[in-house]
Amino acid sequence: MVCDNCHERDAVVNLTTIENNAVRQLHLCEQCAAERGVETTSATPKHPLGDFLQAVQAQTMPAGADAGKCGFCGLTMKDFRATGRMGCARCYSTFEPSMRELLRRVHGNPRHNGRPYRAPKDEVLEKASVLGELRDKLRRAIEQEQFEVAAQLRDRIRVLE
Amino acid sequence: MTLDLSLLPDGGVRWLDASGAHSDVVLSTRVRLARNVDGYAFTGRARDGERLRVLQQVREALHTLSGLPERLLVRVDELGPGERAMLFERHLVSKELAGLEPQHPLRSGAAVYLSDGLSVMINEEDHLRLQSLQSGFELRAAYAALDRIDRELGARVPFSYHPEFGFLTACPTNVGTGMRASVLIHLPGLVLTKEIGRVLAGLQQMGLTYRGLYGEGSEVVGNFFQISNQTTLGRSEEELLDQLIRVVGHVIEREEEARRVLLRDAGYIIEDKLWRAYGTLRYARSLTFDEAMNYLSGVRLAVGLKLIRGLSVYTLNKLLIFSQAAHLAATEGRPLTESETNLARARYVRKALEDEAGAVG
Repeated sequence: MVCDNCHERDAVVNLTTIENNAVRQLHLCEQCAAERGVETTSATPKHPLGDFLQAVQAQTMPAGADAGKCGFCGLTMKDFRATGRMGCARCYSTFEPSMRELLRRVHGNPRHNGRPYRAPKDEVLEKASVLGELRDKLRRAIEQEQFEVAAQLRDRIRVLE
Repeated sequence: MTLDLSLLPDGGVRWLDASGAHSDVVLSTRVRLARNVDGYAFTGRARDGERLRVLQQVREALHTLSGLPERLLVRVDELGPGERAMLFERHLVSKELAGLEPQHPLRSGAAVYLSDGLSVMINEEDHLRLQSLQSGFELRAAYAALDRIDRELGARVPFSYHPEFGFLTACPTNVGTGMRASVLIHLPGLVLTKEIGRVLAGLQQMGLTYRGLYGEGSEVVGNFFQISNQTTLGRSEEELLDQLIRVVGHVIEREEEARRVLLRDAGYIIEDKLWRAYGTLRYARSLTFDEAMNYLSGVRLAVGLKLIRGLSVYTLNKLLIFSQAAHLAATEGRPLTESETNLARARYVRKALEDEAGAVG
């Protein structure tokens, strides 16, 4: 099957997209799929929690504490204020002091007292963490348009999966 | 993909059978756990491909779980709007997962895994929303069922977890246990005696919150309130459940007391009002959703007070679900305008009450 986008290379990815509530199946080659993967989230309306956070931070956080962005998903505190949603698990470590303060305000106590959790051990965990790293690298490769690297990473991910 | 809810035992709504404790006052108990799969951005920031991989990874793990009979994975992203609305009306998916709101368009990779009384929404605001839904006031049973699949799934799929903050979620209001436990409770007695304001204010002081029939952002109709824990962090699952059980138990007592007072002090007025509600449902030719909910609330109260006999709570529960717009359209086999929906609703309600009319007195 030929790629629906460039009509040149072989389609290797089957992508279901939704536009205006209509489902569309796209068969894409590696490159066109990577290009499409760049941004899918649409703008989310401003969230009330954002205002709350801003007020909390104005009172408690030293200037510059929230500078920078998450190394995994690229979220900034400005993004968080706009949506009220964190981008990924690593955001919580990236913005840990702010989050601790926010969680204290929201829940009264920022320390988890519920059931402890250990991610699956041994090869399961290892595989998952290797996969996580590879996906991380893949994400960056796509962002930097290094499609050959991305293709290699994708193959390695496929083997592990 | 077309949706065949008949593949599920009782169409995924066994909780309508009114078999649980206090089911004349408490319709259902729901407990949900928010979890994310480690190694991916949260759903709102994930790419199409990442969401599809989350779906694949979770689907594989779910298929290996023990003790889940008659399971069904529904690709919500492959359904039309009518079918998605039906899943939402049955409380099997959230409005966000169903992509029914303009601010939350349907996402690729949106799916729900359904088993008897248990479901897992995939690619909701969090990658996973595990949910247990039971008839009546059954918080411990609902949580126990959920905890088992949470542990089994968590042993197969790595969840995002922080040693200090607990389970990590897209919205900081769900961090920690990720648990929201709620009961859907019918409080017409407290509304009629005008005590409801005080009771609701009391809930908030106890760290609980309330919402309408459909959870967050929904309005209260038909005197149905969803009471749940407000916070998810800092206390254990058991402590959060204990608190909810204690307070809801107290609310049930207050409601029962209010009903006794109504009967004692306003017996014939109440009796007349509730029979009029029954009469309207039995004979009306057009009913809006809010009207139907309010009259059904009256009839439910009358059944609870034993003023109307021979009508089952199960029938009333079914009316709540199946008289909604998407279900009526499915029954009629075509899309309906608003006025056609109101006509179809009245027809459906009349028929259901007619079927039991011989026994009603």
